[in-house]
Amino acid sequence: MADQKIAAYICQGCGLGDRLDTKALAQIAKTDGKAHLIREHEFLCNADGVATIQKDIDEGVTHVAIAACSRRAKTEAFYFPTVALSRANLREGVIWIRPEGDEHQETTQEMAQDYVRMACAEAKRLIQPGGNPTAARNTTVLVVGGGVTGMTAALEASKTGYQVVLVEKSSQLGGWAGKLWKRAAYKEPFADPADTGVAEMAAAIEADKNIKVYLNATVAKTDGAPGRFNIDIATESGSVTQEHVGSIVQASGFNLYDIAKLPELGGGVNQNVVDQAGLEALAKAANGGAIKRADGGAVNSVVFVQCAGQRDDSGKHLSYCSGTCCLTSIKQAMYFKDQNPDIDTIVIFDDLRTPGNGEDFYRSAQKKGVTFTKGKVAGVAASGNGLKVTFNDLILGDENATIDADLVVLATGQVPNSGVNIDEKVEEGVDVKPISILNLNYRQGPDVPQLKQGFVDSHFICFPYESRRTGIYPAGPVRRPMDIAQAMEDATGATMKAVQAIENAAVGRAAHPRSGDLSFPSFRAEGCTQCKRCTVECPFGAIDEDEKRFPVFNEARCRRCGTCMGACPVRVISFENYSIDSVGSQIKAVDIPDEFQEKPRILILACENDAYPALDMAGMNHNEYSAYVRIIPVRCLGSVNLIWVTDALNSGYDGVMMMGCKHGDNYQCHFVKGSEIASIRLSKVDETLKSLNLETERVQNYEVAITDIERVPQLINDYAAKIQEIGLSPFKF
Amino acid sequence: MSDLNTQAKEKYHNNFLKEVAANVEEGDWVKMCMQCGVCSGSCPFGPHWAHPPQEIFMMIRAGKREEVLTSDSMWMCTSCYNCIVRCPRKLPITHIMHGLANYAHRLGLAPKNQPTRQFAKLFWNNIVKTGRVNELKLSLGLYFKDGLASGVKTGMAMSSVGLGLVKAKRLNPMEILGGHGCKDIKGIQAMVKKAQEIEAKRKGFTAA
Repeated sequence: MADQKIAAYICQGCGLGDRLDTKALAQIAKTDGKAHLIREHEFLCNADGVATIQKDIDEGVTHVAIAACSRRAKTEAFYFPTVALSRANLREGVIWIRPEGDEHQETTQEMAQDYVRMACAEAKRLIQPGGNPTAARNTTVLVVGGGVTGMTAALEASKTGYQVVLVEKSSQLGGWAGKLWKRAAYKEPFADPADTGVAEMAAAIEADKNIKVYLNATVAKTDGAPGRFNIDIATESGSVTQEHVGSIVQASGFNLYDIAKLPELGGGVNQNVVDQAGLEALAKAANGGAIKRADGGAVNSVVFVQCAGQRDDSGKHLSYCSGTCCLTSIKQAMYFKDQNPDIDTIVIFDDLRTPGNGEDFYRSAQKKGVTFTKGKVAGVAASGNGLKVTFNDLILGDENATIDADLVVLATGQVPNSGVNIDEKVEEGVDVKPISILNLNYRQGPDVPQLKQGFVDSHFICFPYESRRTGIYPAGPVRRPMDIAQAMEDATGATMKAVQAIENAAVGRAAHPRSGDLSFPSFRAEGCTQCKRCTVECPFGAIDEDEKRFPVFNEARCRRCGTCMGACPVRVISFENYSIDSVGSQIKAVDIPDEFQEKPRILILACENDAYPALDMAGMNHNEYSAYVRIIPVRCLGSVNLIWVTDALNSGYDGVMMMGCKHGDNYQCHFVKGSEIASIRLSKVDETLKSLNLETERVQNYEVAITDIERVPQLINDYAAKIQEIGLSPFKF
Repeated sequence: MSDLNTQAKEKYHNNFLKEVAANVEEGDWVKMCMQCGVCSGSCPFGPHWAHPPQEIFMMIRAGKREEVLTSDSMWMCTSCYNCIVRCPRKLPITHIMHGLANYAHRLGLAPKNQPTRQFAKLFWNNIVKTGRVNELKLSLGLYFKDGLASGVKTGMAMSSVGLGLVKAKRLNPMEILGGHGCKDIKGIQAMVKKAQEIEAKRKGFTAA
């Protein structure tokens, strides 16, 4: 620290020079910011300004504080990778959100001065990240599952120039698609069932030298981190082989919902009631001839029951729509019609859902004479040699309509094959344990975390391919129900991410949303109390425990959200470029006016992913807000350590606003769990506030979306008004 | 006529959808309905039909032959074409409605006293006689369709309109005697006869 040389630059461009007293700001940087070098510049981001900074750096400046626009603006101009850099947001954060005029000048200037103080304080505490010492490059992708998704992933990875290890549980490649007679139309004119293409894919994989296939094999153990995964592959014969891979695509697919759970529809009771896979088997056996029943009987009429055991709101069956079964039933009805147009094919649907160009396929089936009836099937019972389907005709209002059929096909849905739900409480005495897919040797459990109904968690809005295990990319129906075309697209996307993960791991870079960040958490073992909060709360399972129960950080798994830092009660976890101190010193740098000035100070800790951009955009729109707030961006609300809140209140702030992303099932948190964990921690703050004899309103948590450009200034102004109402903090000096 | 009905029934083995496709004008379109209900929602007469178009199509598919053909619903169509304009599947719904009505009429299943049907019959017989619509005969025919008493009553009620038309020379009372025809009455009648023969042949009717 002794050779720290801090330089502060005050920009006068974009109206800053007109609206603010930059001389005073420079003075503040000198007296309060303790900067060794201070420069004012009329247009800092132009070539001359940037050259000035670069020259100073070349002459020994180690820490740079730039007082100009938001840290989200002009990042290319102000890119100085060799020094620690902080930014004071005077443009979007001050002059653009404050009205002009002499009566506002004093508070606006104070705001700018505080941001200069904060930037100087932050710069001092930052260290340029040294990079990940365990970074490793391994250009092999492990693909778990040899269905259409897995095969696509393997072929795509190979085409991109990476090696692939493909593990398939069964004795052949193809998965469910391999069991199909035909697939639904997927190209112009979307009129007829098409070949599955599985045989060609399997042949391509066999011929590909980059792809190593293990059949009859499962993943017995997954250890390590992106760039250095060690995989134990157990084959049926009992032998275990170890492979080393850089990243993983989990294409473990789905199972059909068990037909036997639908006895009222004849499932598992009558052999002439089959599920869609059952009909594919009959069609394959017929090999283009007349499809016969399992008992060899001819089929003159067939009824397809859509949504069997799906979209069920009673909680007994699947609650969701699998989105693929309508097209499958349409395709299967065509099997009959194409072979013999006189066979009656009736599809009883509630809502026919034919995504994409499926509408053309549906129309083609209608042209071929497939009958579509809107209704809800109540029961399927044996009747003579055939079956009688009872249904509620929703168009004609006939509640007890019946149709006779020789064969009934139930469109049951897709159940993801996602292994162990690591968040589920295991009930005592339940013997049936789900079988793990990946057998991760991670502190938090053997499989990728799930969101709902067994589908794996991914950031649906922003990063759909990412799971909550860095370097492991679920693809295909394990993520959400999908058909062949969607699964192939999904596999391609996941493979791209897997390749990216390999290259990120090779240089120690973070994946999204802090893409490119080279820092990683470090901790002081002396101070650690082994409370395990960091290992339990890490949304990405990055932290394991060693035999002495100290946390072990797996840098390449880390997404740099700082949730561990926020969790640590003894504050021993920090990043080189983001720490308890780098934020804490900013909080303390703010000049708190004494109580007689009647100027409140409100601290805002804003998530840098959504809330801070929303605040910036509010600035761009000149949506005014209170001059009493001081905003500090944080990586995620999950990284907020309560010491910051306590410090702020103790040093005389009148209120603290926390702005994070929406959490819950439809979360928007970029680190999935960060904002949720933060709100759990904050729910306990009230007690602390009461013990300090403070009003609970002094700390408030808000869910903010990036689109809340109008709402955020309103929230701030409302809160400022509330603070006026309850009065200033008693902790002023 | 009922022979025709029995024949049709036997020919299509109770597969009414096929029967409609083969015999009803634009009937081949019925299978393409996707049951969205836009036609029923668009029909200005929607609430007054026993079965709006969407339902008629579903009934055809469900094989409800008698119910459809004896229904007066398709006779209610005023040919406003709202449904055709809005149908996302581009079904010529208006034409199908008229086709169904026509088919029911041929088979002798259409409701006997349905006013639209009566008017259509009057109009047809009127126009093919001379190749021109004799308006006086057509209106009088309509007035007296339900018998003498009601005919006289309607006639009296409408007399001022009639007199006004006569005064304005828009109505010639002498037309009651037969009126004037088009130039080539025989030619028109021959054309109509030929057209009917062609249609009957195409649709497989032995008797027209």
